[in-house]
Amino acid sequence: MGIFINNGEKFIFCFLIDSQTNLMRHLYNISWAISGTECELQKRNMTENGLGHRVLNMDTMNPNVKRVEYAVRGPIVQRAMQIEKELKEGVKKPFTEVIKANIGDAHAMGQKPITFLRQVVALCAYPDLLEDDKFPEDAKNRARRILQACGGGSIGAYSASPGIEIIRQDVAKYIEKRDGGIPSNPDNIYLSTGASDAIVTMLKLLTSGEGKNRTGVMISIPQYPLYSAALAELAAVQVSYYLDEDKCWSLDVGELRRAVKVAREHCNPRALCIINPGNPTGQVQSRQCIEDVIRFAAEEHLFLMADEVYQDNVYAEGCQFHSFKKVLFEMGPEYSSVVELASFHSTSKCFMGECGFRGGYMEVVNMDPEVKLQLTKLVSVRLCPPIPGQALLDLVVNPPQPDEPSYATFIKERTANLDILAEKAKMTEQVLNTVPGIHCNPVQGAMYTFPRLSLPEKAINAAKEKGQAPDMFYCMKLLEETGICLVPGSGFGQRDGTYHFRMTILPATEKLKVVLKKIREFHKRFTEEFS
Amino acid sequence: LPVRYILVCNGCFTFQTNQPLFLISLNSTDHFKPNMTENGFGHRERVLNVDTINPNVKRVEYAVRGPIVQRAMQIEKELKEGVKKPFTEVIKANIGDAHAMGQKPITFFRQVIALCVYPDLLEDDKFPEDAKNRARRILQACGGGSLGAYSASPGIEVIRQDVAKYIEKRDGGIPSNPDNIYLSTGASDAIVTMLKLLTSGEGKTRTGVMISIPQYPLYSAALAELAAVQVSYYLDEDKCWSLDVNELRRAVKAAREHCNPRALCIINPGNPTGQVQSRQCIEDVIRFAAEEHLFLMADEVYQDNVYTEGCQFHSFKKVLFEMGSEYSSVVELASFHSTSKCYMGECGFRGGYMEVINMDPEVKLQLTKLVSVRLCPSIPGQAMLDLVVNPPQPDEPSYATFIKERTANLHILSEKAKMTEQVLNTVPGIHCNPVQGAMYTFPRLTLPEKAINAAKEQAPDMFYCMKLLEETGICLVPGSGFGQRDGTYHFRMTILPGTEKLKIVLEKIGEFHKLFTEEFS
Repeated sequence: MGIFINNGEKFIFCFLIDSQTNLMRHLYNISWAISGTECELQKRNMTENGLGHRVLNMDTMNPNVKRVEYAVRGPIVQRAMQIEKELKEGVKKPFTEVIKANIGDAHAMGQKPITFLRQVVALCAYPDLLEDDKFPEDAKNRARRILQACGGGSIGAYSASPGIEIIRQDVAKYIEKRDGGIPSNPDNIYLSTGASDAIVTMLKLLTSGEGKNRTGVMISIPQYPLYSAALAELAAVQVSYYLDEDKCWSLDVGELRRAVKVAREHCNPRALCIINPGNPTGQVQSRQCIEDVIRFAAEEHLFLMADEVYQDNVYAEGCQFHSFKKVLFEMGPEYSSVVELASFHSTSKCFMGECGFRGGYMEVVNMDPEVKLQLTKLVSVRLCPPIPGQALLDLVVNPPQPDEPSYATFIKERTANLDILAEKAKMTEQVLNTVPGIHCNPVQGAMYTFPRLSLPEKAINAAKEKGQAPDMFYCMKLLEETGICLVPGSGFGQRDGTYHFRMTILPATEKLKVVLKKIREFHKRFTEEFS
Repeated sequence: LPVRYILVCNGCFTFQTNQPLFLISLNSTDHFKPNMTENGFGHRERVLNVDTINPNVKRVEYAVRGPIVQRAMQIEKELKEGVKKPFTEVIKANIGDAHAMGQKPITFFRQVIALCVYPDLLEDDKFPEDAKNRARRILQACGGGSLGAYSASPGIEVIRQDVAKYIEKRDGGIPSNPDNIYLSTGASDAIVTMLKLLTSGEGKTRTGVMISIPQYPLYSAALAELAAVQVSYYLDEDKCWSLDVNELRRAVKAAREHCNPRALCIINPGNPTGQVQSRQCIEDVIRFAAEEHLFLMADEVYQDNVYTEGCQFHSFKKVLFEMGSEYSSVVELASFHSTSKCYMGECGFRGGYMEVINMDPEVKLQLTKLVSVRLCPSIPGQAMLDLVVNPPQPDEPSYATFIKERTANLHILSEKAKMTEQVLNTVPGIHCNPVQGAMYTFPRLTLPEKAINAAKEQAPDMFYCMKLLEETGICLVPGSGFGQRDGTYHFRMTILPGTEKLKIVLEKIGEFHKLFTEEFS
């Protein structure tokens, strides 16, 4: 049944109605849309046939949630999943599989778990296996130690809300070792459900004030959209600073100064977020740069948030990971006793890629003791992070030692995973830079490339006609024609008039070659089509 | 200007250095200057302090892990360090943490999880075939066949399907659509997400959410954090903590004067109160929600924990659909379940789900977007949930053991529920309703006037519980943490300690109450 309504002015509605239920729904929508105010149907809770407007609808829902955007799992990924279904149903496409290069999901891309990590978690899940000869002694010892720290010796018990005590101690030891002996206090370690959880918690603590006094949070552009999404949800003010694409996505303190100065006119900038190594940009910050950032944070009285989940993912020669904590303390007590810092790590990236376990931690430095109590209280409402994730984190920070039986295998697997990633980082840069109209900075670290695209004017106009960002238009077309799922640069933020995509370097080497080749061919075709 | 000491602003420690410090001349802004002292940055306030912290966070309270639990942990440390106490161990009866209290995991569940975590075990003869099949099925649904991959944000597709089938079976065939199932990190996660979606408006149009008093403090905590308005309705202690629709009417009417009540939260079986709602009561609640145009949130995480004869769990979903399309096509409902309670008690896995009914399709898209920001619930928790909703079947090798373990766990709980009620009711000055379901008792305490005065700033039942902790090592949560009628005092205690230990706990509480009453009479 079709229905056509013209209210005589500007609203024209046309629906295909498949049932009486839908008819009523559409009629309701129409009357609402025409009147633009509360119409009778909307006011009345129940209509004769029992249908009315909902308590929770687009007009009544939390407006902050509506503003949230998260491109990494946005419309393009929805479409990719749809295409996967279509392929399964036998729909003919110019490709046979969808390659999801939109997200840093190592295992989904074929990376194998680290044997030792999984052995210990399996032993924890089913302790009868502690009697099994197939498991090495060091794995069993690790499992026993974790289980002893669990309520009732079971990973099914809740832990203390900031995490299992001995795991917090192990994390502190790991940080100390990583940072050349600079002390880390287990009381400053909060385990979390992936790094995302801890990042959102910190942003939540920091958000206060109204109007000009509302908390502003400085985030890089391009950024990992968790930050913009969390700020939207919290109704905090996003203060953007741009990374310098021409200087390999490096961070310039002059730009930070510009951004904070502008922001002070309309909000109260209170925090500065840094992602190092960079996501989506893959740059690794120099020690000098980190010092400059810390000095800037001290001068401008900003709380520092250092997202360091890619700390083991450094590939380029001459680049090295420096933790903000270490640099802060090496700058002396003038800084290390005052600059407030939260740094974040996770089990999801690096050599292990255990995203599904949702393990992570944050370390807080110079946090007000009263605020720490508030933080502890806040995390207690959610009871505790998943224990399997906590256990896995323990193994990441406390891996097999040279005198233990699992050491050789562990090192072999770890090195292999990191070597392959380094190889793929290089290959990605090289191949993409052979394509006219694609410019790709070196992938110094992390798991992504964020190349710049030269798009023809006609393509930009075609996208505008569709109401799409030009790089969304580009990526959607790429997906439809090749099955490759990337995320448009507009989802991460970019300078006006520039276009990018983010691609993970995680597909297996042979598959990655094919992906890069397909992108090259597509880009050529696309450029020709719109020239 | 050599500086040897830097005072840290909170004054709780001093930093000593033997190296002279060099001050950097800063281009300080006006904003920064007032904070500067001779000591560089040392004396200024922190960026994040109790005055600048999110004020909503400050208002959050969560008694289940509040001051009394902090003190319990401290006492545990003191005991370890050899401090002499009138007891040798702290018994944490403050939280529904079954495994911590000695309940054993269900073998089949843990076998499948171990197989999923370490698939080499699929070659091991020690594992039954049904466990292996389950593990293979879960792994096939995971990216790259690994629990280490992210899933779709609402959860692994086959697990959502299994949840829907479970609900259909539970509800006598009323259809459940996997698209309406959202897996979550424990039920708490989903509950907070729903409350977040519902919160909007300012002033008189700010969302009000009706919650029972007493309530599980996740609700009050989430509402404080979201700056939504808590609308309290009281359960009737004299009628076994039952819910009376007139009280709902009173509460919503009063609330409409200052906020916009948009949701009604129900916990059934009740936490902390242990009541199980009758079918009639649920119908009344649904009718009330329809009349008052409220979104229903049904927290049903204790759905298998029903002990009293004549009591039965009725899901809100089932009752709603049995009331006919007049209600089932309009009343918006979200119901919650979890892996943490019932017979499995797998709290640490943080598994859970919610089912949404009659949710606006556009809002559903918003919900899906919102959960995608956190990527996905933990996969081991999702896998655990799959086993809960899809346990061994009669023709499978693990069935007999599974049923044996399940029945034993529920049977013991039922025994302890009865024992708790009986023993506490023998204590003069303690009145305890039947523990019909869930895992807690919430008895009323008669406290002498002198004790109430002695409590001073503390809530009298906090004073009572703190003293109980110091003298006996038993950690309970004062009723004030859950809400109660003015002038009444309670505590919440789980019935989870092992039977023998529970006997001792109840005995000690009885003795303590007697002594306490004498001391303050």
